[in-house]
Amino acid sequence: MRLALEAGFWLLALASYWLLPDQLPLLSQIAIGALFVLSLDLLVGYAGVLTLGHAAFFGLGAYAAGILAQQGWGEPLSGLLLAAVLSALLGLLTAPLVLRGGDLPALMVTLGLSLMLGEAANKLPGLTGGADGLLGVEIWPIFGLFRFDLYGHTAFFYSLAVLFLLFLLARLITAAPFGLALRGIRGNARRMPALGTPVRARLVAVYALAAAYAGVAGALLAQTTQFVSLDVLSFQRSAEGLLMLVLGGLGALYGAMIGAAAFTFAHHVLSEMSPLFWQFWIGLALVALALAGRGGLLGLGAAALRRWRA
Amino acid sequence: MMAALATEGLTRDFGGFRAVADVTLALAQGARHAVIGPNGAGKTTLVNLLTGALRPSAGRVRLGGEDVTALPQHARVKRSLVRTFQINQLFPDLSPEEAVTLALLEREGLTTRWWRPVAAHGAVLAEARALLDSLRFTPAEMRAGTRSLAYGRQRLLEIALALALKPRVLLLDEPAAGVPPGESRAVLEAVAALPRDVTVLLIEHDMDLVFRFAERITVLAQGAVLAEGAPEAIARDARVREVYLGEATHG
Ligand SMILES: Nc1ncnc2c1ncn2[C@@H]1O[C@H](COP(=O)(O)OP(=O)(O)O)[C@@H](O)[C@H]1O
Ligand SMILES: [Mg+2]
Repeated sequence: MRLALEAGFWLLALASYWLLPDQLPLLSQIAIGALFVLSLDLLVGYAGVLTLGHAAFFGLGAYAAGILAQQGWGEPLSGLLLAAVLSALLGLLTAPLVLRGGDLPALMVTLGLSLMLGEAANKLPGLTGGADGLLGVEIWPIFGLFRFDLYGHTAFFYSLAVLFLLFLLARLITAAPFGLALRGIRGNARRMPALGTPVRARLVAVYALAAAYAGVAGALLAQTTQFVSLDVLSFQRSAEGLLMLVLGGLGALYGAMIGAAAFTFAHHVLSEMSPLFWQFWIGLALVALALAGRGGLLGLGAAALRRWRA
Repeated sequence: MMAALATEGLTRDFGGFRAVADVTLALAQGARHAVIGPNGAGKTTLVNLLTGALRPSAGRVRLGGEDVTALPQHARVKRSLVRTFQINQLFPDLSPEEAVTLALLEREGLTTRWWRPVAAHGAVLAEARALLDSLRFTPAEMRAGTRSLAYGRQRLLEIALALALKPRVLLLDEPAAGVPPGESRAVLEAVAALPRDVTVLLIEHDMDLVFRFAERITVLAQGAVLAEGAPEAIARDARVREVYLGEATHG
């Protein structure tokens, strides 16, 4: 049953290519958003570490991949790798500050660091292009075979494939003892040291992992749009990621991805009608879902399914 | 013989308030040692100092001869010093089976493992079920949400998490606290069934349990050791009766 649902999810994701053939850029954007929210879910949903500045890693990854290509090395996979490594390093570097203890300090430190990074990118136009954005990003064909085209065919399959592979890895990790320990830390961080768990070390590890995921998501955006603008580092990106996560359901990988898809679709459709309309409905949905608990849309769907089968 | 667990001049101040004052203790291997004392005497603070949950203001803690005063909690657990909590510290989102499995995986040093599902650790899962079964958890209770368990069961789970770690030294902070009389037997049985070579420090208010279990008793009052000795000697000690036993009988 579960496997069938999972297979259905991924088939639908793949089929969207034929269902919405003139919306390919939007679909790529959803896959990239889903990867970013997956990363937040590892950190917030599983380990219980709060952050308001996750865009720092997304942005670093985007600029790393973008600048690498702009400087003449447009090979896409090495761009993803560079983004992952640099973001993980930034995660390792900043984790001690973020994990000093308490939710409020974590929120403030992550927010502060991402604002600083955003301002640094703004003040270094020689490197980042500043407010004009990073131009001249040229990405080579994937494996030397698949050229990035104007309509986003390659970008769609590339983004979806990277999302799928990193999802599989996240699925493995969260089902493993490491993932169970993360749930333990979120559930009762006071008990964990009494079981022998070095809590700080586990949190640093998942922080770096989530940073790497976010970095890859940013790199995907840079490569598929062949452009990087300052908003990769914006507070709005961090906040919207959290909204998508709450919308879809915390602590469940499919919840993260469903949240990203639902949010982006709803945004696309509703904001065409009227921007205010969109804010009203997303606000209402969030209040309702947040009050309903951690389950989000995925939780509602699972409950409906149980009722239907019973 | 070397003590399994010992303290020297252990002291902890909270601001100007001395919660634990110059406590020197030694527990031989396999000891059945009780610490009693009125509320606020510093018993839980003492446990927190022994386990490393709190840093002492002065004094030392020795575990099997090794000075562990500077070691963090998790490192002391790896040396088989394990505790239970007076106020349950459980995992509300995990089932008892998952929680005990987590403790077992941690004991085996496997929680850095990220490439193999928990479900593939058959021996660990079987051990978790066997442990819960020995505490008379039904299969349904093992898989239920921890929140939905009766308080007495939650108290047993609190102990199960400690037992899963195969302690050599076990500190039990009021294991029967708050358990209704009908359910407290299961807790007592679990404590009585501990292997003889496990060193046990029991903090308890139930004097029946203390005198049945302990071979040695330390009485704590206002953070300091008031008396220490065999149960009969403690029961006769006039000062102890005054600060503690007397108080207990008068309500
Ligand atoms: N973290 C703390 N900060 C300040 N005072 C504390 C703290 N922990 C315990 N105390 C105080 O230390 C004294 C001993 O507490 P505790 O060890 O819990 O006593 P017992 O377990 O014997 O009832 C109490 O007066 C308590 O208020
Ligand atoms: Mg106490």
